[in-house]
Amino acid sequence: MLKTREDLIKLQEKAKDALRKEKMRILVCAGTGCVASGSLKVYDALKQKLKEKGLEVKVELMEEKDNEPCAVNTSGCHGFCQMGPLVRIEPEGIFYHHVKESDVDDIVEQHVIAGQLVERLLYKHPVTGEVAKTQDQVPFYSKQTRVALEHCGRINPDDIYDYIAHDGYQAVAKVFFEMKPEEVINEVLESGLRGRGGGGFPTGRKWQFAAAAEGEKKYVICNGDEGDPGAFMDRSVMEGDPHRVLEGMMIAGYAIGADEGYIYVRAEYPLAVKRLRKAIADAEQLGLLGENILNSGFSFKIHVKEGAGAFVCGEETALIASIEGQRGMPRPRPPFPAQKGLWGCPTIINNVETLANLPSILLRGGKWFRAFGTEGSPGTKTFALAGQVAHTGLVEVPMGMTLREVVFDIGGGLKKGKEFKAVQIGGPSGGCLTEEHLDLKLDYDELRKVGAMVGSGGLVVMGKDTCMVEVAKFFMSFVQSESCGKCVPCREGTKRMLEILTAITKGQATEEDLKLLEELAYIVQDGSLCGLGKTAPNPVLTTLRYFRDEYEAHVRDKKCPAGACKDLQDYYIDPEKCKGCGLCARVCPAGAISGEKKQPHTIDKAKCAKCGTCIEKCKFNAIYTA
Amino acid sequence: MESPQRKFQKLQQIIDKYEGKASQLIPILQEVQEEYRYLPEEVLTYIATAMKLPPATVFGVATFYAQFSLIPKGKYVIRICDGTACHVRGSELINQAVRKELNLQDNQSTTEDLQFTVERVSCLGACGLAPVVTVNDTEVYGQMTPEEILAVVKKLREEG
Amino acid sequence: MNTGKVTIDGQVVEINGAKNILELARRVGIEIPTFCYHSELSVYGACRLCMVEVEKMGLVASCSTAPVDGMVIHTNTARVRRLRRMIIELLLANHDRECPTCSKSTTCKLQKLAKQFGVTKVRFGKRDKQLPIDESAPSIIKDPNKCILCGDCVRVCKEVQGIGVWDFAFRGSETQVSTAFNKKLSDVACVNCGQCVAVCPTGALTVKSEVDKAWEAIHDPEKTVIVQIAPAVRVALGEEFGLDSRDVTGKMVAALKKIGVDKVFDTLFGADMTTIEESMEFMHRLKNGGKLPLFTSCCPAWIKYCEQTHADMLKNLSSCRSPQQMFGSMVKKHYARKIGKKPEDVICISIMPCTAKKFEARRPEFTTGGVPDVDVVLTTVELAQMIKEAGIIFDELKPVGFDNPLGMGSGSALIFGASGGVAESVVRFVAGYTGGEEVGRVDFYPVRGIKGIKEAEIEVEGNTIKIAVVNGLANAERLIQRIKNGEAFYHIVEVMSCPGGCVGGGGQPGVNDTAARVKRIKEIYSLDAVNQVHKAQDNIYVNKILEDWFGGPASSGTHNDLHTKYTPRKRISGKPIDINNAEKGGSVQVSVCVGTGCYLRGSYDIMNKFAELIKQMGLEGHVDLNGTFCLEQCDKGVSIKVDDEIITGVTEENVEQIFKSHVAIKVDLAVNS
Repeated sequence: MLKTREDLIKLQEKAKDALRKEKMRILVCAGTGCVASGSLKVYDALKQKLKEKGLEVKVELMEEKDNEPCAVNTSGCHGFCQMGPLVRIEPEGIFYHHVKESDVDDIVEQHVIAGQLVERLLYKHPVTGEVAKTQDQVPFYSKQTRVALEHCGRINPDDIYDYIAHDGYQAVAKVFFEMKPEEVINEVLESGLRGRGGGGFPTGRKWQFAAAAEGEKKYVICNGDEGDPGAFMDRSVMEGDPHRVLEGMMIAGYAIGADEGYIYVRAEYPLAVKRLRKAIADAEQLGLLGENILNSGFSFKIHVKEGAGAFVCGEETALIASIEGQRGMPRPRPPFPAQKGLWGCPTIINNVETLANLPSILLRGGKWFRAFGTEGSPGTKTFALAGQVAHTGLVEVPMGMTLREVVFDIGGGLKKGKEFKAVQIGGPSGGCLTEEHLDLKLDYDELRKVGAMVGSGGLVVMGKDTCMVEVAKFFMSFVQSESCGKCVPCREGTKRMLEILTAITKGQATEEDLKLLEELAYIVQDGSLCGLGKTAPNPVLTTLRYFRDEYEAHVRDKKCPAGACKDLQDYYIDPEKCKGCGLCARVCPAGAISGEKKQPHTIDKAKCAKCGTCIEKCKFNAIYTA
Repeated sequence: MESPQRKFQKLQQIIDKYEGKASQLIPILQEVQEEYRYLPEEVLTYIATAMKLPPATVFGVATFYAQFSLIPKGKYVIRICDGTACHVRGSELINQAVRKELNLQDNQSTTEDLQFTVERVSCLGACGLAPVVTVNDTEVYGQMTPEEILAVVKKLREEG
Repeated sequence: MNTGKVTIDGQVVEINGAKNILELARRVGIEIPTFCYHSELSVYGACRLCMVEVEKMGLVASCSTAPVDGMVIHTNTARVRRLRRMIIELLLANHDRECPTCSKSTTCKLQKLAKQFGVTKVRFGKRDKQLPIDESAPSIIKDPNKCILCGDCVRVCKEVQGIGVWDFAFRGSETQVSTAFNKKLSDVACVNCGQCVAVCPTGALTVKSEVDKAWEAIHDPEKTVIVQIAPAVRVALGEEFGLDSRDVTGKMVAALKKIGVDKVFDTLFGADMTTIEESMEFMHRLKNGGKLPLFTSCCPAWIKYCEQTHADMLKNLSSCRSPQQMFGSMVKKHYARKIGKKPEDVICISIMPCTAKKFEARRPEFTTGGVPDVDVVLTTVELAQMIKEAGIIFDELKPVGFDNPLGMGSGSALIFGASGGVAESVVRFVAGYTGGEEVGRVDFYPVRGIKGIKEAEIEVEGNTIKIAVVNGLANAERLIQRIKNGEAFYHIVEVMSCPGGCVGGGGQPGVNDTAARVKRIKEIYSLDAVNQVHKAQDNIYVNKILEDWFGGPASSGTHNDLHTKYTPRKRISGKPIDINNAEKGGSVQVSVCVGTGCYLRGSYDIMNKFAELIKQMGLEGHVDLNGTFCLEQCDKGVSIKVDDEIITGVTEENVEQIFKSHVAIKVDLAVNS
């Protein structure tokens, strides 16, 4: 139990000592992606093998060992999920990817014992063939600057001592003993930190309102209801560095005068819930949460609330309703949560990534943070890179980096055989941008100017074979099914927009429909009660703006230029190429393909469901659409 | 299988654990659903009674959140992610394949024998592995294809 | 208080405490359209129709935005109009547009606003899903296909009545306003007060009409049709014809005569009988240490609520039937005989401001020789419709008096229509009864007015009598909790379910808001002020008939015919919770009640004890145990049902003995062995 700041400093020294004594540390990624690829098996095998070889193995930082032990830990997400399971070996930061159980013998015998790198597991640049030994040399990582993700993949998220060894809880100690609440707020204002959850509202300003609001009881809520399809940075932080989130909340609590906090986590993130719960219990045990923390006079407790599957609960007032045990329906603002939030008390709601930036800002100063990023959008931002891009995963870059750098330098350009068409940024609230925007600086204001949004930072790259109307329809169908149903513009408007978009992709829409779609888009934007509805039309409006010709092609010519809308094309078998193997006929779910054995087959248009199974199956590329 | 009496006792324990507070309705429903695997009407009425809430309110909350089900779910709940990343990498084909294999009709999500439930879910947050499928929330399958999902179904069927 | 000045459409306006822009605009004569804003209910902010443009802020919802000094507000810009039109168009698209045949036609707000905003075309497809219409309840019909999800009904039922029969279910475009589990309205805790109907802007919630039943009786030459009219009808009926309440009473009687009813009597007559019986009952309880406080029993919604929620207080309810039912009983049991008819040939139609009266009239205890005492209950609005249907020009009618002898009523009876009226009538009666003739007129102001909870005291023969008057069941519940917690004591509590009392009933005309209710209350008291017959005991016909037909007030005659009993009532129907695989089919069926009353008394523990005993005695498979929701014996401790026998008052102490003597003994080991 830590009773004073000195206790914490002493503990940190001890933890650092333990860290220094480690001969080597093997970090196996236990983020959801790598776990799905089997990383836990790798982890167990590693421990087993090391013990077999008579090496002293340590799984917890503070384990007492006589000699220099070899630490084996699970870590949070490294971000490069596609290459998982990932293994990182300290102190050098050696980076192995696609590690299988069968590779464990080589890692132990060759790397750990003989000190030789396992060449085949190292990253090799697909074009230049250059081999990267360390993680930092991998192009996916070399252009990143990690603040919020600083510890993700570097420490054991389940070990509070590991966090403490890495300067953990030093920021709160500094804040409690050296700063007044208003100084904390000023530091955050100075840093220029803006909300990372989407809106980009200055965090310090939000805190000022809550600090000024009258009320004995105030709350801090950490918004971990990350629901944007295609974004998973909050999950990675909660899973990979949970203590950092707790520390951020404590700083916020101290600044506004709150003594209680809630972390609202999506139901779909069970691992994050588990890790956060453990982190809270560990912090309580050490006296870093609870009454009179480190004898500072400041008390703080944190609860974890699991969401139950409603995207709209990412909206502040809906989230509050959900914590209160009600249907997650947004409430009109004003009053803002900073004035009247959870149970009517002043409440601030900060997103996970926002909070994860705070310990560094308070420890190193607002000026330090400002050195990254742009004037209007200081700092770094995480993006979840997905879609038809060669390297998918989570990246953190300084604000103001161009889209081109992110997609082509870090993301390695498009997947083999794909050609860049567009990038969808900011999820269902964001917009679709084109080639002409590739040199756009990624920050709040620049993106807003072109009709998109940073949103939570989902970045989905799309190739030429993606139909932009279909993309708009996809997002509309998402918000439509996630609308809470409270206000008319969102409930009825998105439903009708989806109807029109569906008609367009089926070639059943008229020019009037297109006009009506646009008219509706502005109404939904203008009239909706909450951010979900207000931003719901963005994907439609941006695609209408940058890809209008595609809409017109669907409406006027009943053609889908990308060849993606299956209702607008027919399937044919090229008799020249067809060898009559009959595979297509067997897989066709509609029984639309027929033909004599070893003779060219044909497709019955009337029966064809246009599912595309036959194209996928045909070994001779004999089936085409037109 | 657990006896109804055990479940019923558990139900009361869960309510007691949260002191029957209205603000704890969602965690109560979550834990009760873990017990019963869905939320039967009479159980919801019991919860409303114990928590002194109008049954309509409990019904309203239970039907708002996608996590809750008022009808029994299959032994294996297969969730197919329909986040953006998964969508552009063909998650719909996986959905069609598994639904066809399990012979599910348009609005049907659970097989007649209560073995399988198939659901689309919004982003599971494993976009790096798109398309993603989970089984009972515990098994995560990344970079799926229609063939592989059928193999998964086959494996589950063999497990019974 | 919020102060300062704002500019609304160029007009400079003092804020002067206005809660929101919408209210402030109304003050200066600008009506901002809205579906979901009601000053009596919490702000919901969902319809978005009330959005206005505020300089530097953009579009804001005027219902939820407070005016701030210096604001420049525009309520009628192109952007605002574009938004409003589209919202209406979107709502219309998803609304079953059968306007000409809809009972809300011409009073429907959606219809009105569509016309007002010139929405003449709907460019979207029709509603894609038809949901079933619920006609199960005696008073209210729900047509979800006309619902615009403004949530007014949800909030009124929760906030004003504290019941929460309605809530939203599902989400997004699937959202519905629904009862628990989408059950029939007749299967849930609805008290039929009709406040949801009163706030519903469309035809989604409407009153179940009995107009056809009324016509049928009127046109049947075999039947003698008697009409009784409740006090609150006469101060509201005029609204249906654009008239104030002057002469409405007489015109109303004239209209009914023209329509063809045989006798037009007055519920006031029944109300005077109620005052007398209830006052006597009160004084009897006061003197003999009977159950106090005495709760009034005129309001059928309150009675059902009490039966559902406070079974332990049923003995506190006055045993007096409501004026409607006293009147009905008197007609069927005595008046019919007097005119030489059988009860079934005298049809009693009552005209009520109330929808719950339709339910009350169907209660099985209110019958004579197998026929209901009140055959048809029409609301004020239904009566207006019949008058219009008959082609009667109401305004031109010459006032006519009620028929005798049952057409006479005192001012005391008249004020039954307003919250506080019953309490005041009792005060008047008791004052006269104890003080004699010289008491004169008694006007008892502390209990008057629209306020939700009113308290007063009077001196009766040296005793201080404490009176509470509540309207709105949420207020009633608050008061009951205070009484139950020992924080307050009263001798008499008057409860009316609708805000303002019966004048604000669910069967009253169109705009049924606070302003309308206040106006009706005022009119009731001005009619009372000019009524020569002031107190119930001043009504000579009532005195005579009580003597002649019943053998005097508070006699065994009145006790049989004018009083009633109450029984606990379940709140919701549904199947029981299975505890020990009951589907196996043992020889004894045991249900332990886990409804609210029994639950609070520990029925959960008793259930567990039973389960334990079944195991201990090796009776698994022979005894089917389940938890049921309410055996309607809530006032008698934990109840169980063994096969068809209900056993009450089960406690942890006697549970084992009861199990042995009532359950174990019945087990037929042959079954399932």
